[in-house]
Amino acid sequence: MSTIAKRPRASVQVGARAAGTPALLPMLWAQTRAQARVFWRTPAVSMTGLLMPLMMLVFFVLPHARETWQGSISVGAYMLAAMGAYAVSSVMVFNFGVTVAMERGQKVDLLMRAMPLPGWVYLAARVIGALVFGALAMGLLFAAALGLGGIALAPPVWVSLAWRLLAGALPFIGFGFAIAYLAGPSAAPAVANLTYIGLAFASGMFVRLDQMPDFLRSIAPLLPTYHYAQLAWGAIGAANESTLVSVAWLAGYTVALFALAAWAYRRETLRKFA
Amino acid sequence: MNLATYHGANGAVVEFIGVHKVYGRTEALRGLDFTIEPGELVAILGPNGAGKTTAISCMLGLRHATAGTVRLFGLPPADRAARSRRGVMLQESGVPGQLTVRELVELFRSYYAAPLDASAAIGLAGLDAQARTAAAKLSGGQRQRLYFALAVCGDPDALFLDEPTAAMDVASRRAFLETIRSFSRAGKTIVLTTHDMDEADQLARRVVVIDRGRLVADDTPAAIKARVAGKRVSFRSLDPLDAAAFAGLPVCGLVLDGERPAGAEDEAPGDSGRLVRFLSTEPEAALSALFARSVRVRDLEVVGADLEEAFLSLTGEREVRQ
Repeated sequence: MSTIAKRPRASVQVGARAAGTPALLPMLWAQTRAQARVFWRTPAVSMTGLLMPLMMLVFFVLPHARETWQGSISVGAYMLAAMGAYAVSSVMVFNFGVTVAMERGQKVDLLMRAMPLPGWVYLAARVIGALVFGALAMGLLFAAALGLGGIALAPPVWVSLAWRLLAGALPFIGFGFAIAYLAGPSAAPAVANLTYIGLAFASGMFVRLDQMPDFLRSIAPLLPTYHYAQLAWGAIGAANESTLVSVAWLAGYTVALFALAAWAYRRETLRKFA
Repeated sequence: MNLATYHGANGAVVEFIGVHKVYGRTEALRGLDFTIEPGELVAILGPNGAGKTTAISCMLGLRHATAGTVRLFGLPPADRAARSRRGVMLQESGVPGQLTVRELVELFRSYYAAPLDASAAIGLAGLDAQARTAAAKLSGGQRQRLYFALAVCGDPDALFLDEPTAAMDVASRRAFLETIRSFSRAGKTIVLTTHDMDEADQLARRVVVIDRGRLVADDTPAAIKARVAGKRVSFRSLDPLDAAAFAGLPVCGLVLDGERPAGAEDEAPGDSGRLVRFLSTEPEAALSALFARSVRVRDLEVVGADLEEAFLSLTGEREVRQ
């Protein structure tokens, strides 16, 4: 270790630097970059999030991409929207559910709390990072659909599908957060996998709803993933409900899941930092 | 006993006024009062479980006092303006193990208005060779030095270090203590907790001693050491001795056999005299008084008391705590 003598300080007077709080934007940028690195370097999360939907698209969807269903709906476009919904929301669920739980296990939260970092910067950095990865997962699917499968959609349809997939993923951030604070650090990946894949399956993201057992079909319209998939299918005119209905359900789920996450977070905060 | 010395509340870095902290049924802090002024290098010393970590957690706003007032730079400790002026090194906290030393230092620099250069902070912690190593791959001592780099990288006015030298080897500990001194010379306020009297003695100009949530001494290291650096005396007496024989001698924590200490169980009692153990800051005086009474002694040992024992002399307890 060297000494710090070479770096004289103008003043260490207490009170001399009262306004010495740092600018928030550079902090947000640095935090977002760090979160993205953590996510990227957790292959259990990033690789499954990015590559699983891509593999499913290439192996199971593209061979049937040119078939149609109910006369007019392209199977390729229909399943692309479904895979897109699965990909983007799973990035949200896993980025928040697994990496936040992992950081709790590493006691990162303790150090962060002692830092001058405002809580909302930490949260915003995670949301931005997750959206970027969600967009990346979606972009990979779109590229594969276009390049390998010849799924041709009109440019406005691509755009419509993209914003529906990104905006509709909001409740799944709350979902992931709730898992992170309700399940322990070691249980979170399993809990996230089981609940999330179950929800995606029951909402017709992997297998069309009309091919599923009656009881699943009757509970599907209660699930957030169902309305998220419907929102995506709305872009290609294959939804069972209007965009407004999907948005209303997703907004309700956003409020409910964030409230659950906030409750779980507060419970933990009181326990650890009261 | 010296109580906290008040230097006046204006401009103080840390103020503790009648601070109590209760966890469930455990009273971790029982009315702590002290003030730390700008530029001081203060060691908070106490045995394990004394309340040191609770005290530093209250200073940092990580825990809220059950009663009393804690202020940091005249503000509530969790206030962002107060947080922006301090660097911290906590026991048992962590960083995302996927990030490298340099990436973490860069990240933590972004939390402060006028940080040190990242390379300078890494150099201060002696981690130049590990700058590109992921935090998860560092050894225990290297990780501790990483936390130090994160504490200083913002060039804060005050540093709060909770048991900073735990897990450090001798060489990095020595270098670390030298770095702390140079920070202190640069005018920083430094508060560190330790359960090592020597470390407090080498480093601090002021030692605040906490035991079971109470402030038991607040003085210079030399003055504290004179009071706590007791010796542990043990011997076998070939003559019958009872507690009354020690009345008036500079002795505390007296144990006569029957309360045999750990490690002595394998010997049959009574065959080689009575086992006597006590703590004393003046073992020579105590022993010469015993010798003057012609007490015959075998297996005499006089060794430096460890801190747990030494605190007995400070807190004036009569019984050795187990």
